Parts: sequence; C-alpha cells; structure tokens
Amino acid sequence: MATLRLNKVNKRFGGTHVIHDVDLEVVDGEFVVFVGPSGCGKSTLLRMVAGLEKVTSGTVEIDGAVVNDVSAAERGLAMVFQSYALYPHMSVYQNMAFGLENTRVPRPEIDQRVREAARLLRIEEYLNRKPRALSGGQRQRVAIGRAIVRKPRIFLLDEPLSNLDAELRVLMRAELASLHNRLAATMIYVTHDQVEAMTLADKIVVLRDGRVEQVGRPLDLYNHPANRFVAGFIGSPKMNFLPARFLKAAPGNVMVEVAGIAEIELPFDGGRLSPGEEMTLGIRPEHIRHDTAGAAPFQAAVTVSEQLGGESYLYCMLQGDHKIVIHASGQTEARRGDEIAMTFPPHQTYLFDADGTALQRTGAKPAAVSR
Amino acid sequence: MNRTLAFLTRRRGGRGWHPTDILSYAYLMLGVLMMFGPVVWLLMSSFKTQAGLVEFPPSFLPYSQEQVMVEGYKDPLPLFEVTLPDGSKKPMAQVRRIGIVSQMVDPKQPDQTIRVKFEDRTPIRSLAFAWENYVTPLKQFNFMSYLWNSIVVTTVATFITLVVNSMAAFGLSKYEFKGRTSILIFIIGTLMIPITVIMVPVYLVATQLGMVNSLWGVILPGAATPTGVFLLRQYMLTIPDELIDAARMDNASEWQIYWRLIVPLSLPAIAVLAIFSIMWRWNDFLWPLIILTRNEVYTLQVGLNAFQGELQVQWHFVLAMTVVTLLPITLVFAFLQKFITTGIASTGMK
Repeated sequence: MATLRLNKVNKRFGGTHVIHDVDLEVVDGEFVVFVGPSGCGKSTLLRMVAGLEKVTSGTVEIDGAVVNDVSAAERGLAMVFQSYALYPHMSVYQNMAFGLENTRVPRPEIDQRVREAARLLRIEEYLNRKPRALSGGQRQRVAIGRAIVRKPRIFLLDEPLSNLDAELRVLMRAELASLHNRLAATMIYVTHDQVEAMTLADKIVVLRDGRVEQVGRPLDLYNHPANRFVAGFIGSPKMNFLPARFLKAAPGNVMVEVAGIAEIELPFDGGRLSPGEEMTLGIRPEHIRHDTAGAAPFQAAVTVSEQLGGESYLYCMLQGDHKIVIHASGQTEARRGDEIAMTFPPHQTYLFDADGTALQRTGAKPAAVSR
Repeated sequence: MNRTLAFLTRRRGGRGWHPTDILSYAYLMLGVLMMFGPVVWLLMSSFKTQAGLVEFPPSFLPYSQEQVMVEGYKDPLPLFEVTLPDGSKKPMAQVRRIGIVSQMVDPKQPDQTIRVKFEDRTPIRSLAFAWENYVTPLKQFNFMSYLWNSIVVTTVATFITLVVNSMAAFGLSKYEFKGRTSILIFIIGTLMIPITVIMVPVYLVATQLGMVNSLWGVILPGAATPTGVFLLRQYMLTIPDELIDAARMDNASEWQIYWRLIVPLSLPAIAVLAIFSIMWRWNDFLWPLIILTRNEVYTLQVGLNAFQGELQVQWHFVLAMTVVTLLPITLVFAFLQKFITTGIASTGMK
C-alpha cells in the first residue's frame, strides 16, 4: 500500500501539450477517480503514473521516492486495462501467474496466490479456460485478479467497466467497491462516467483538456463545484444553465436578471463584479420547484414528460427558447404541452462569472423574487 | 467411403444435374488433371526402366517386357507372342534380330529356332516397377548424404530465418524510434534487387568468410528475408499494444514480451513464413550450385543436376530422385497447412 504524489506534471506529445501542471496527492488506501470527457488526458495521466508514458516535466513520487526514471515493471503497480488485455494464448491461471513468474515468486506461492484471488473473484471454475471462452464479466474479473495476485502498491484501473453491458456494469461497480474495502488498497480509477466516479470515489479529480478542474470528495464536488464545467459534469441529469446579467450587489446578495425574464436576488458575494457583466445561473434539475397551476416569473411549456414511476423528468422550454430539465421524485400530473410555473430556491442556485468560475455563496437571506 | 461419394456427387439444390453442375465438375476435373496429372505422370515414369521411358507411344503405367531363361543361352531372352504361319499364336523368345526378321526360339524346345517376320510378333509385357531407379542412386550415389544436407540446410536456415525475421518484425512493429519507417522501407526496398545482381558480391563475401563448400555458405546469406520481415511485421501490428503494456506492468522483460507474447501470438504468420522458407530452401538450386562444388556437400537439387551429363541424361534416376525430393516437402505442407488454419481460428482477441 502506498501514497502517490504528482508535482507539476506535464506531458507533451511532440508539439501537443496534453497534461498541464497537474498536482495531486493520493493517500494510502484511498480510492481516487480521474473523471473527464474523452480526450481530457485522464488515461495519459494514469499511464504516466504506471510508467508506460514518460513524464515530460515534473515528478511522480510513490511513497516519497521519485519514480520518473523507474520502469513500469519496477514501480510495483498493477493495471487493469479497458480491453482487459488478457493474454489470449494463456489460460486464466497462466494469465494470473505470468506477472508472478516474472518476479520469480516460488511456484507454491504463485499457486496459493492465484487460487486465493480466484476464490475472491469467484472464477475458480474457469482457471483452465482460455480468455476467449469467458464472458465479458468473467474476463473483467480475470483482469482484476491478475492485478490482485501481484499485491501491488497501487491499483490502476483504466475504464475497466466500459466494455460491459449496463446491468453488469452496476454489478461490477458494487463488487469493485467491496473489493476496495476488503483489500484496503490504494486505487486510481479512470472513467468518463460521472456516476461511476460519484459511487466509487473517496476523491474525484475532474480533468479537462489536461488540466485539473477540481479535486474533492464526491459530494463536495456536487454541492460546491468550483466552476461551470465541474457543475455541468457532475450530476445526472446535468445542471441547467441559464444566461444571467449582473445588475447590482447588495450586502451578501447580488441582483441578477435571468434569461431576460426576471430579476432575482441571490445569496452570492458579488464584490468583484461590475454591473452589466454576463453570467450564468445554474440550477440542478432536482432543485427546481414547479407547479402546474401557479403564478411564478418563470413559465415553461413541457415538451417531454418522462414518468418512471418512482421519479419523473420534465423537459421544458422556458420563454426565450431556453431548455430546462426538471427532476421530480414521485409522479407528476404534468403532460406534454402543459404550462408550468417554476421557482428556483436561492440557496440551491449557482452563479458563474463570465470565465465560468463559481461565485462564493453567502449565508444571506435574499428578498423575494421580483419582476 | 459413402461420405466421400456423397461429397464428390454434390449438386446444386441437391437433386438432378443442372448444367452448371456439369460445367463446374468439368472445370474442376480439368483443374485436377492439370495440377495433378504431371505429378502422377512423374510418379509413374519414375518406375519405368530406361528403355520404357523412351518408348513410343508412351504408356501411363510402367510396363516391361517379360524375359525368360532358355537352356543353351547365357542371357535371359525377351518374350514375344508370335503369330505362326498357320494362324496360331505362341509365346516365343527372341534370340536375335536381323533387319526385319527375328530368330525366335520356343522356350520348351530350346534346340529349335525359327525365323519370324518382324510384324508377326508382339512383345509380351507385364506391369513391373523398376525399383532399381530408387535403390541404385540411394545406394551407389551419395543420395542419402544429399538428402541429409538438404534437411540440414532447410531446418537450420528456416529456424534462423524465423528467429531473425520475427525479432526484426517485433522491433519494427512495436517499438517507436526514429527512422523506423525508413528502415522498413529500406528492408522492403531490397526486394527490388534481383539475386543475379548481388550474386557475385555475395559469393566474394562468402569466399572471404571461408564458407565456400560449407553448408553455412548456403544457409546464412538468405537467412534474413525482406518478405518475411514484412509479413511478420504486418501481422504483429494487429497484436494490441495494450497486451504489451500489460506484460510490462506484469514485470516482463522485453525478451519475455517477445518470447512469451509476441511469438505465440504470431504463430499463424510464423507458420506461413515457415512453409515459405522450407519451400525456398528445399527447392533452392542456383545459390547452392554456386557455393557448393564438392560432391559430399551437395544438396538434393544440386545432386539431381549431377544426373544430367553433357551427353546423356539418366532420366530414370532423375525422375525417381525427383519423387524422393518432392516427398518431404509434400509432407511438411500437409502438416503445416492444418496448423495454419487452426492458428488463424484461434486468434482469440475480441
């Protein structure tokens, strides 16, 4: 088990700069998830930790020792690949034993470790099969087993669930979580799926274009996104964004005009803003209050109503062609074409300035919505 | 047997002979005849005696004239069926032939000879395999040592070719380094140089290295083939890089990656190259002919050439030894071909 520290890590492929000054600290036993849209550099970053890619500048430290020039084989890490990368000509047993044979672990110990991992992952019956005779989920387990037997200092997992079907993915996600608890191992997990990130992580690292946007515990990211990108990336369905314009600051509050429809007072610190500045208002679908028969400044027409029984989603069109998604628990009366009135609870809104940076929320109690 | 018959009478739609069935069978039979005919003819001719070979009209099966020992004559005499003046037929042995008249003797009455006109007698022939075509060269000439030399050259050269080419292909397909493409182009470019152009320089190099009249002189110059490198490289490109990354994470050295991952996974391509290499080496004639001048280091192909004298070609030996030469390569092909198909079927990546 080990700690990992990245110091101003950069990566260039020829002229393209793919990783920019990444700093990160992973403590022992932590489950860290790198999340971001495809092409954001998360896999590259993981491969740099693994030693499969060279670091252009900056340092990678494992247990306090700089490992920039230590080869992948000698870093003592194990990796689970997206395609599993099982050796097709070897049996499941040989696949798992390969790494141990290379480190000259004695035969009886290899046997014991492989069988133990197989028991843990419930793949004992398949030990003599070739990978092609296994289903996707079984292959996935073998790939994880191959990592476990190595007793690595850190587990690296590169989108390990993306090749599984939806049902199996949920199942394996839970298994991974319990595996992490049982092994108490440090794990770094790469995914583009924010649900996986939210459910598995102790700590999420949100990446975009090779830069770290925010690092934090899942709910911290959900409740206090540092910027508009993180706000939009974490949470499903996505946060709604509406254009807003800063009007004036009051003590502990700001007055903004939202989508040209209404002026509302919100509890944010607007000290550094100048009147007339363009902003973005964010509100999560589950925080919007709505009513089919009410009078509120925000009136929207329902375009699609999805009723799942336990919850419902309303896809609405606000005045001025702004799309809004509402998530309501339980069932709703609203149907396609209905007019509904919405209110945005001020303490559950987010404000982002023109650069996308989130404004600091204050504890002030804003006045009622005014037209 | 039934299944063979069912296979050979397979028709379109299963019932009745459609014209296309007849056409296909005719076409296929023509193909079989053209591909297989010469080989069968070679096999049959290899059992004919020297006289039988030059016979006209030629016969398909190896016949030879029957001979009998007749009392009072030192050598066995050829047997003919003679039509006597009274119209009856009788087997008689020919003592000698003068112009268009033969002097014949009845083996049962050795002291009585008669004269028979040339056209009144036909030779009595029976199926006879001239095994001596095979036995004599294998015993009297050095054919066994030719065979051994050929086997040594083929196996050693093929082994070296496979090892060297697969290593080069591994490097060119799985490592990123400066000039990789130019090296590949350079290697493939050597395909454009005909062997006749480099024959003299290569011979000079071989002489300097003291490899004339040694089997190494045959084996080494052709060990690295551009075709082989290219073939293996193209196949290795299809092996996912993630497998190699996985092996690196699994603490495998570069040699282990090559030996335990790349080689087993490239086996289908390696088998193809093995077949090619075996055929090239086994059938190679020109280069061994140049580099080998002493009888005891001859390979089969060069040895076969020795039966062709300037004045006389011993066709019966040439044909028989050609059959011997063909046998091993046929066996190898039959064996490895099966291996190739299973090899391709077992590439189990998703």
